Parts: sequence; C-alpha cells; structure tokens
Amino acid sequence: MKKEILSGNEAIARGAYEAGCRVACAYPGTPSTEILENTVNYKEIDSSWAPNEKVALEVAIGASFGGGRALCTMKHVGVNVAADPLFTLSYTGVNGGLVLITADDPEMHSSQNEQDNRNYAKFAKVPMLEPADSQECKEFTRLAFELSEQYDTPVMLRTTTRISHSKSVVTLDERVGGLAEPKLVKNAAKLVMLPGNARVRHPFVEERIKKLSEAGATMAVNRRELRDTSMGIITSGVCYQYVREALPDASTLKLGMVHPLPKALIREFAAQVDKLYVVEELDPFIEEQVRAMGIAVTGKELIPVCGELTPGRIRTAFGLQQPPADSGERLPGRPPNMCPGCPHRGVFFALNQLKAYVTGDIGCYTLGFMPPLSAMDTCVCMGASIGMATGVSKVVSAEEKKRVVAVIGDSTFLHTGINGLMDMVYNNSTSTVVILDNRITAMTGRQDNPASGFTLMDDPSHRIDFPLLCKSLGVKHIRVINPFDLEQTQNVLREEMERPETSVIITDKPCVLVKREGVFQKGPVYAVEVEKCTGCRACLKIGCPAIEWRPAGDGSKKGTAFIDPLLCTGCDVCRQLCKFEAIGRAK
Amino acid sequence: MNNRITNILLVGVGGQGILLAAEVLSEAVLLAGFDVKKSEIHGMSQRGGSVVSHVRYGTEVFSPIVPEGEGDILFGFELMETYRSLPLLKQGGAVVANDLRIAPPSVLMGQEAYPEGVTERIRERFPDFLLLDGQKLAGEAGNVRAANTVLLGAVSRRLDIEEQYWLQALEKMVPKKALEVNKKAFLLGRSSDWSKP
Repeated sequence: MKKEILSGNEAIARGAYEAGCRVACAYPGTPSTEILENTVNYKEIDSSWAPNEKVALEVAIGASFGGGRALCTMKHVGVNVAADPLFTLSYTGVNGGLVLITADDPEMHSSQNEQDNRNYAKFAKVPMLEPADSQECKEFTRLAFELSEQYDTPVMLRTTTRISHSKSVVTLDERVGGLAEPKLVKNAAKLVMLPGNARVRHPFVEERIKKLSEAGATMAVNRRELRDTSMGIITSGVCYQYVREALPDASTLKLGMVHPLPKALIREFAAQVDKLYVVEELDPFIEEQVRAMGIAVTGKELIPVCGELTPGRIRTAFGLQQPPADSGERLPGRPPNMCPGCPHRGVFFALNQLKAYVTGDIGCYTLGFMPPLSAMDTCVCMGASIGMATGVSKVVSAEEKKRVVAVIGDSTFLHTGINGLMDMVYNNSTSTVVILDNRITAMTGRQDNPASGFTLMDDPSHRIDFPLLCKSLGVKHIRVINPFDLEQTQNVLREEMERPETSVIITDKPCVLVKREGVFQKGPVYAVEVEKCTGCRACLKIGCPAIEWRPAGDGSKKGTAFIDPLLCTGCDVCRQLCKFEAIGRAK
Repeated sequence: MNNRITNILLVGVGGQGILLAAEVLSEAVLLAGFDVKKSEIHGMSQRGGSVVSHVRYGTEVFSPIVPEGEGDILFGFELMETYRSLPLLKQGGAVVANDLRIAPPSVLMGQEAYPEGVTERIRERFPDFLLLDGQKLAGEAGNVRAANTVLLGAVSRRLDIEEQYWLQALEKMVPKKALEVNKKAFLLGRSSDWSKP
C-alpha cells in the first residue's frame, strides 16, 4: 500500500476522492483553503470556488439532492455565513452523502475570533467527527460520507489549524465504486421545507441524533485506551496527541465523534477510572454534557478556555511543570506586512493623510491598520465594512460623516459586501466605498473569484465588471483610479468624501503575487541617489519592505534610505513622496 | 520499545524556503522507515512574518508540535529568528544558523535597531553551534536561493539517516530543473565541519 506524507487538508481531499465524491465547493478561508486546492487535482471531482460559504453549501446541497456525494469546506466563521441552509438541511437530510468541513482556528493564527464550531453540530442537530491526524482526516472523511447516507443527515467534520496544516503519514486506498448514479427524483415531502413537511421531519431529526448517540458506543472511532486507571481523560482531535505526549500513562477515551456523544461509553469509561477529566480546546463542550449526565468531571478549572493547547500547556495545567518564564528580553517583532509593490499601500497612505474614519474588511488590506499607514478603524467580519459605514454615518455629525470611508477587496465585496452597497444606495447613505480590486483573493493565497476571469479548474470565465455592477445597483458616482498615482488617489478620495451621495472608487491594479501571465507586470527597479537623500524619512511613511533606513553610523539620528533592488517592483509610490528627487529608476 | 523522538525546529522569515526544507527532511525520515509529523502555521505569516516549522520523528509520534524546551536541533534561516526561538530548544541542544540578517519593519523604518551580537549570544547559551554562510555556499552550488538546502545538508550530519534517503527525498520534492543545484548545495552543507564542542 502506498504511503505519503499529507497535510490534514490534503488527506481530507484524498478521503473525498476515495469516497466517490463528485462535487466539492468552497469559499477559501485559512486554515481550510488547501482542501479544494487538492480536490481540483482529482478529475473525478467537480471543484469550484463559490462567492461565499452560503452559496458553496447550497451548491453542495443541490449535488446531494441530485444523488451525488458532495463536499463543502470553509473556515469556522464561514459556517456563520452558511448557517441558514445548514440548519434546514439538517431537516431535509440528504440523497447523496454530504460532508461539511469546518476548519476552526484556536489561537486565531489567521482569524478574527476563535469560536468553537462543535456548538454548531449540537445546535443544528447533525453529527460531527473530529480527526486527530492526517490518516484520520482521510478515514473520517470516508466515514462521514457513509454515515451521511446511512442516517440521512449532513455530517460535519471539524479540524483545527494544527490538524489542517500539520503533515503526517497516510496510507492511500482506491476510490470506491458501485455508488448509485445521480438522477432527478421528486420527493417534495422530504425536500420542500414548508411548515407541514418540516413538522414531520423534526421528530425524525430528534430520533436520528438519539440513534447516532447509541451507535457511537460501538463505533471504532470512539476508542477507549485503558492504561493507569487512576486518571481517565476524555479528549478528541489534536488534544488527544497532546495528552498522549504530556500524560503518557493516563487512560484515555478518544472521541472520533464529538456530537452526539456516546453516552453509554462515557458512563462505562467513567466507572473504570478513579478521576475523570476532559481535555479540550476552547469551550467546555464535552465537559458540560458529561456533567449534565450526573458524572463528576474536571475540565476548564484546569485547562485554559482561550487559545490552543500544547503539550506544555497541558503539563502546566496538571501541575507537572512551571509555565515558561518570561526572560524579559524584547526583540523587534516581525509582523506580516503588505508586499513591496502592493496596490493597497497608496490608498491607505491617502486615507491616513485625509484623516478618514475607515470601516475596514477582511483581506490583506486589513494590514492597513498597522503603522505607519494606520488607516483602518474597524474590522468585524467579511463584507461588514459597507454596512458599518452606513450605520456610523447615521449617528455622527454632518461634518464627521464626510470622513467615513468603507474599504473592501474585490473578493470580499462579492462575498457579502454587495448587499451592503445595495442598502447604501437604497437608504440614501452619503458614504464613500473603495473597492480594492486586485483581481484575486489574495490573503488566503491567490484564489480565483468571479472578478478574476478564471475558475478553480482554470477555465476562462466571465470577469465581473465592477463599474457596470455598481451602476446597476444605482450608484451615480463611480471613479476608477490608479492607486500608484498618489495625487490622483488623494484628490479623488477627497472629492468623493465631500460629496453628499453614495460614491464608489475602484482601484484597478493587480496583486503582485498573481502568477497568471499578463496580469501583474514588474516595472523598472528604483534606487536612492545617496547624494540627494537628505534623510527626511518621508519615503519610510509608506512602510514598504523594500525601503530600508540606513543610519549614518556616527551615533547621530542621521541616515539615508536604501531601496533593495531584489524586492522593488517599480510601483513608483516612494518616488512621489520624495521632495528632493533622490528616488528614481536605478541606473 | 524504544520510542525516542527526534525534535527539529526550522525557523526564519516567510519566503526563505523553510517549508520546502521541512518537507525534504520529513520525506527523508519517512524513507528511512520512521513515523514523522510536521507542523507549521501558514496564512498571515506568508506576508513576511516569522515562520516556525516543527518536524518530529521516531517509532510513533503523537504531538505534531515540539513541546517547549524539548527541541534537539534548531535550524535557523535568519539570525534574529534563530535567537527568538532558542527557548524551544532543550539544554545542550544544537543550533545551525544561516549568517543572514533580515530587517523587520520597525528596523526598516529606523524605529528600532536590529539586535547586536546575536551570534555571540546564541553561542553563549548553546555552544554546539554552527554558523554557515548559506548564501555563499549556495552560490558555489549554482544558485543563492538554495541556501535552505545547504543548511539542510549541515543538519543532516547530526541525524541518523543514510545519505541515499536524503538524495531520494530531494529527487521527490525539488522541481527537476533545480535538482542538480540542490543536490550540490546539500552535499556542500553536509561536508561542513561541525564537530561537537
């Protein structure tokens, strides 16, 4: 049998392939993105990016109703967007198996919150599996498709960043055969959720979750390992690995299915050990349910609720080691930064200069809040910038209202920002919206979207025309600008901020990381003429990683700027900031 | 059963080829018959932020991350990041570092200074220390961008993995057109003088 080292995400894609999955649909989001970037390598799976998670799940639901096995993947906050179809999908159940991956992000490595999506499984009354390594990612994905069809339910599979992005050894199997061919079958009583039909389905849902809890007692994925019985630990996912590392002698009940809990098995395990613990990241999800069963258990009084666990944090929680001492030494931090030549930089520089109040959104441009650009004042969730601009404009004075600007990327605008713009026009808001169209979903690693002109499977596709789209929504003032032209950018922003009507400014330069031919073109490299540089530091105010301050070395505050020719893309922004004409094309 | 786990940490700045070096390392130990796990954080760190990759191998590996203070070898692609990660290493652990300073944003903007005497401070705490000019050796091999493979070659000296597995792993993970340069870079790193103090 072939063995490979796969990430959790690659293994989920492999599992979907082996399970005979036909359709995979997603909106990219860290740490889930690579699942679809891998299903696309299997020609048997139709893989696509949807404009948002709700549409992605609806595409998967359609595929399932049509009789095909379907996978839908998203990051934890994506499930908030897809929650509407999810909760009623629980009632309809499926035809072809449907598996929804939620990739949670304890520690918020790349997220705005660390919500625990196990709660969604309980809330929506659907089973949830939680793998503990890449081999389990593959096996559990296969199992999820089987359970989905066997119990007529969508199945959620939860990973965390450490599972999705860690690699471990996986044994590969073949794709299953013999699945029923998809075809249209009318079944309104099951699939049309009007009150009369839904009332019939609800008791089915309750019965289903009971049956799954009973079946959980003998499922191989719920595994009891008796070692020293003085201490018994219920755990799941990557926490199981940390427990084995930190407390190797303790007995464990490793739950592969975290909802519904296998109550009979938990009672048996609790009776076999002297003291029972739950080790879980984030919420006391298992702990509270065990306690509600009338079983004494210790959990969050020892284990932190915030952040991810590590073997060290578990040892510290159990009093086996001291928390690491702070040496008191401070090193310069190394936060992420916009790339050299990033088209967002000039826009945020101008917004800073104009003292705008910027309602921000989710993408690379969220980094515009960091110094020295420091030009973002809010960031809540995907698409929120536009609605928030409308709202803040409703309450502040007429003078302050002019300073309100919403900033949103192309992909985020199409995700859920467009509704905000409709509202802005409909309700006569006077705010200004900047659509930063860099022609790609950049933050998650350059995924195509409806405005990039290509699909996930690399087929050419219609490219949304933003000015035309905004016009059709009723926006009267639409300006397309070159964000590398600082004067134009600042002037257009000033004019539109002043205007007492909704206006949209669209930037039209691509992300420097787009590899597709003919999209991003590197310009001639720039250099500083040291004789002309007065050391005024004006060029440092854009925070370009290609520009470095070089101290004179005589202990004074003097120095000169230097442009790294390997990093410079020739965007020209720094040249426009230099009053002494010390920056020009390298000779 | 002897389940001694070897813990290796690779640290540096996004874009330095840390992920590829970690992949080749993982592949080589798998070929040598070990269980292996590797973990790192993607996402925001791609935009020039710090990167830490953990590789662990042995008979059976549980946690994909190295428990704090249990690293056997720290393998640094940039000096300040190497210094920052020293607490991950066990007492008496080994450090291989690339002689390269990459200024973070606050240093580029002249607001903070890049810390002085980093190499001396590393050697003081971890005498088993090899400092390599990865760029120079990679240049000798044919491409300065293969500095990551030079460092991997140096680390390979301390791991009980036969040379054939390293070369097979490079063949599997490195694109064909860059393979010869990377093999040369690896062997240059592997021939570096790194005897225990």
